[in-house]
Amino acid sequence: MLKINDLKVNYGGIEAVKGISFEVNEGSIVTLIGANGAGKSTTLRTIAGLVKPRSGSVEFLGEDITGMAPNDIVARGITLVPEGRKIFADLTVLENLKIGAYMRKDNLNDDIEWVYSLFPRLKERSWQAGGTLSGGEQQMLAVGRALMSRPKVLMMDEPSLGLAPLIVRDIFTIIKEINKQGVTVLLIEQNANMALKTADTGYVLETGRITLTGAGEELLSNEAVKAAYLGT
Amino acid sequence: MEYIISVLLSGISVGGQYALIAIGYTMVYGILRLINFAHGDVFMVAGLIGIYLSATLPLYITIPLVIIMTVILAFVIERVAYKPLRSAPRMSVMISAIGVSYLLQNVATYVTGGQPMTYPTIPGLSATVNIAGTPTKWVVILTPILVIILVILLTQLINHTKVGMAMRAVSKDFETSQLMGIKINRVISATFIIGSALAAIGSILYFTNYTAVTPTIGALPGLKAFVAAVFGGIGSIPGAVIGAFIIGICETIIKALPSAWDVSVFSDAFTFALLIIILVFKPTGLFGEKATDKV
Ligand SMILES: Nc1ncnc2c1ncn2[C@@H]1O[C@H](COP(=O)(O)OP(=O)(O)OP(=O)(O)O)[C@@H](O)[C@H]1O
Ligand SMILES: [Mg+2]
Repeated sequence: MLKINDLKVNYGGIEAVKGISFEVNEGSIVTLIGANGAGKSTTLRTIAGLVKPRSGSVEFLGEDITGMAPNDIVARGITLVPEGRKIFADLTVLENLKIGAYMRKDNLNDDIEWVYSLFPRLKERSWQAGGTLSGGEQQMLAVGRALMSRPKVLMMDEPSLGLAPLIVRDIFTIIKEINKQGVTVLLIEQNANMALKTADTGYVLETGRITLTGAGEELLSNEAVKAAYLGT
Repeated sequence: MEYIISVLLSGISVGGQYALIAIGYTMVYGILRLINFAHGDVFMVAGLIGIYLSATLPLYITIPLVIIMTVILAFVIERVAYKPLRSAPRMSVMISAIGVSYLLQNVATYVTGGQPMTYPTIPGLSATVNIAGTPTKWVVILTPILVIILVILLTQLINHTKVGMAMRAVSKDFETSQLMGIKINRVISATFIIGSALAAIGSILYFTNYTAVTPTIGALPGLKAFVAAVFGGIGSIPGAVIGAFIIGICETIIKALPSAWDVSVFSDAFTFALLIIILVFKPTGLFGEKATDKV
């Protein structure tokens, strides 16, 4: 469905992503794990169109979408939940959801109800300013906002960042639920344990290169992964 | 008593004219963090367009055309002089704005030969009525009413429409707005269009009062509108409007003080003294946000 071929991304002189290739199959949950600065966010930001790659390509449903503008990529069905949630603090919860559907011109009521059924907490806070939500609620809102664009592929940049373990569990439960409802998920995480348990396929990224690939469970029991990312 | 009422009325009217210019400063700042130095000159050009068009066209065509042509000018300025610098340091964009400001003044000098041009009389606006026994121009009464209506419409637009929501989002975070599928350049253009349309309306009202249009005429009202925007808390529309009314009223009162006191020449200096005092006590202005910089 989504195919990344030999992607290289530079920031000024720094090579953040040094030629990575991977694939995301329709209906799957794929995770990229790696340490700080490995290039995870850069990879997702490049797919989303925020950063232009130096070389390589991004292919989606057979179409080359490399270097397209972010709004064209959203329109094709790839949506990014950015690192740090990036809720619009002054907009209400409901406005945050509506702005997630900015490209759509049809009726949003069913989708708003769908997001509220996934995250009942958001419904109670519908008129509250986004900035007044707790970290966990903001993450839910960020995911809900992304779902409002009806993505085919939902990309998430460290959804567990800064959240209490119980909330992290909730978030991962929701990720699986969303996936069951037909949304393909590309997830990046430092919480390798949760991510690999949830994912069908995992890729390990080290300083801009993919060093290991395998099924989620397989990587969980891999000695190198255990030592580097699971602390066991 | 009649004198006081007439001074207050004219102060409110001047304030309303500053408000129409100030909204353009504050909206552009809100979205681009740019002090658009060319805005006062766009206002001046709107005045000249009014003069040249009214020479051959009837007023009911001239007035809408003034607004449309001013909007086109502001749109082109944004696309040519600011958009290519979107990711450049803010200082570069500001220098570009100063450049545009001088360009407009120079072109105006070239076109007019540097001579003051006289603004046409707009029958409805220039006619006088008696208010509390003093003859008052209609423009003095209409300005505050028009400003209030326009501000209400603008607030509705910003708070209750899709493009308004996009403006609020883009003004906080370009990147996340893009991730929502918002075309930020369109939203920025919309901001320039609204700001310049209001400045064009302001120019019609202002030049009906002060009828001589020169190439540098935009500088002072532009500067005062900018002060009003800072005073109200730059980025805030209600702040800019209230700031503009306060400045307009204070300035008119000082000009109207008994001539024996000999203070009227200081009315402009007063405006700036007021700004400095407010900023000492409230650095972000009346309604300013705490953090004026984008994260
Ligand atoms: N805007 C930028 N300008 C310059 N360098 C950048 C920029 N963004 C990221 N980098 C660099 O690119 C490299 C990869 O960064 P990236 O954010 O992709 O890492 P990451 O894997 O997401 O890390 P983390 O887990 O800490 O979020 C880092 O060395 C970083 O310093
Ligand atoms: Mg990151």
